[in-house]
Amino acid sequence: MFKEKIEKLLGEGKVNIMIGYTESTGGQVRVFFTGLSQESNEFVFDDRCVQNLAVYVNKPEIKAIGKIGIVANLSTVKALLQLASESQIKDGQVIALAMNENNVIELDTFAKMEEFVANPHKSANDEATKKIQEILNMSREKRWEYWTNELSSCIKCYACRSACPMCYCTQCTVDCNQPQWIPVASHHQGNMEWHILRAMHLAGRCVGCGECSRACPVDIPISLLSFMLNDHIKDEFGQVAGTKATLDYALSSFKVEDKENFMR
Amino acid sequence: MSEEFEPKIISFVCNWCTYAGADLAGTSRVKYASNIRIIRFPCTGRIDFMLLLKAFASGADGIIVSGCHPNDCHYTSGNFHARRRWVVFRKLLDFIGIDTKRICFSWVSAAEGAKWGQLVNEVVADIKKLGPYEDYAKLSEMGIGPIEEEVYV
Repeated sequence: MFKEKIEKLLGEGKVNIMIGYTESTGGQVRVFFTGLSQESNEFVFDDRCVQNLAVYVNKPEIKAIGKIGIVANLSTVKALLQLASESQIKDGQVIALAMNENNVIELDTFAKMEEFVANPHKSANDEATKKIQEILNMSREKRWEYWTNELSSCIKCYACRSACPMCYCTQCTVDCNQPQWIPVASHHQGNMEWHILRAMHLAGRCVGCGECSRACPVDIPISLLSFMLNDHIKDEFGQVAGTKATLDYALSSFKVEDKENFMR
Repeated sequence: MSEEFEPKIISFVCNWCTYAGADLAGTSRVKYASNIRIIRFPCTGRIDFMLLLKAFASGADGIIVSGCHPNDCHYTSGNFHARRRWVVFRKLLDFIGIDTKRICFSWVSAAEGAKWGQLVNEVVADIKKLGPYEDYAKLSEMGIGPIEEEVYV
C-alpha cells in the first residue's frame, strides 16, 4: 500500500524526488532518495524510522530537482509546517506520506498537514520531560555542574546543527569570525556559548524531534534545552512551533500585556 | 587587612531612555556607586543575549539591562521584543545554572535620573552580598587551556 503509493507518485510525475527510509546494515534504517518509480520497493516505514527527514527538504540541491515527496513521521510533518511558516517551502511543493493507524495518508497541502498534526498523537518525549523535571528539581549549583559536565564532552562537530531541520541559515553565527562570537576550539566556554546560542535561536521554533540529541556522537542531551524552552514558551505565550503554516513565532511577536514580573 | 569586594557591573542601556536617564542623573548631581560601566545601544531590541554572556566571560559580577518603559520605545516595539527575549533567556540561563539574580532588567526613562541612581545602588548592594561571580569566567580556564585573546573588530 505504502510502496504502491510512492510508485504512483513517482510514476505519474507528481513528485520528482522521493525522500524516505530504506534498510541499512545492522537492522537499522537509513535515508534513501530516488526519482525512479521502479525503486519504490526499496522504501520501508516502521517504528525504526525516527530520523527527521525534513532536514533534506530545505537543501538547495534537493529543491532544484522539483517537487518533493517525503516519507514523514509526526516530527517531520511538524518540521515541514514550521519551514512553511518561515517561508522556506511553498504550499504544494512538498507531498508528505504519513502513517495514521496503518493507513498511509497523503498530505499534499499545508492545510492537511495542520490537520494531521492537530490530531491526537501519543507523546514520544516522555523520557525527556522526566529528565527536564529532574534537572529543574536540582539546585542551581548542581544544574551548572550537570551542564558544564555534559557540555564539556562536546567536540564541536556541529552534527546537531546539520541534523536539525530548523538550522538552515546559510551563515551560522558560530561560523562568523569577525567578530568571533564563539571560540572555535572545543573548549568549555565555547561549548557553553554554542549550546546557549543554539537553544536561543531554536527557542519557539524547535519542533521537538530530538534529532540533535540522536545525531550527537558524544550523547549530550542537548535537545533538553530546546524542549524545556518550548514548554516555557507555550506556558508564557501560548505559541507552539510546528502546528501552523502561517508565521507564529514567539520571539518575533509580542503582546503589550506580556508578563514582566522580573523587570525592575 | 581585607579590602571590601567591589563588584564590576556592566550595564547595557538604550540610547533614548536609560542612557538619557543616566545622563540626567549626572547633570542633576545624583550620587551613585561607581562600579558600573555603561554601554550604549540604539535600543533594547538590539541587545543580543550573547553580549550578556560575553560580559560574564570577561569577568562581570553583575549586569544591568535597561531601556524605555513599555509603549515608550523610540522604535515603537523594540522593548516589547526584548522583553520576550529576556523571558526566554532568563529561563534558559536558570536551567543551565547561571545565576539570574546577577542580571537586573529594568525600565528607566529619560526623566528618571533619580531612579537610575537608586537602581545602580541597589544592584551594587545586591551583588556585593552575592560576592564575586566566577563560575562563568572560570570556563575559559577549564579544559584544554586558556583561550587566546579573541578577535574583536
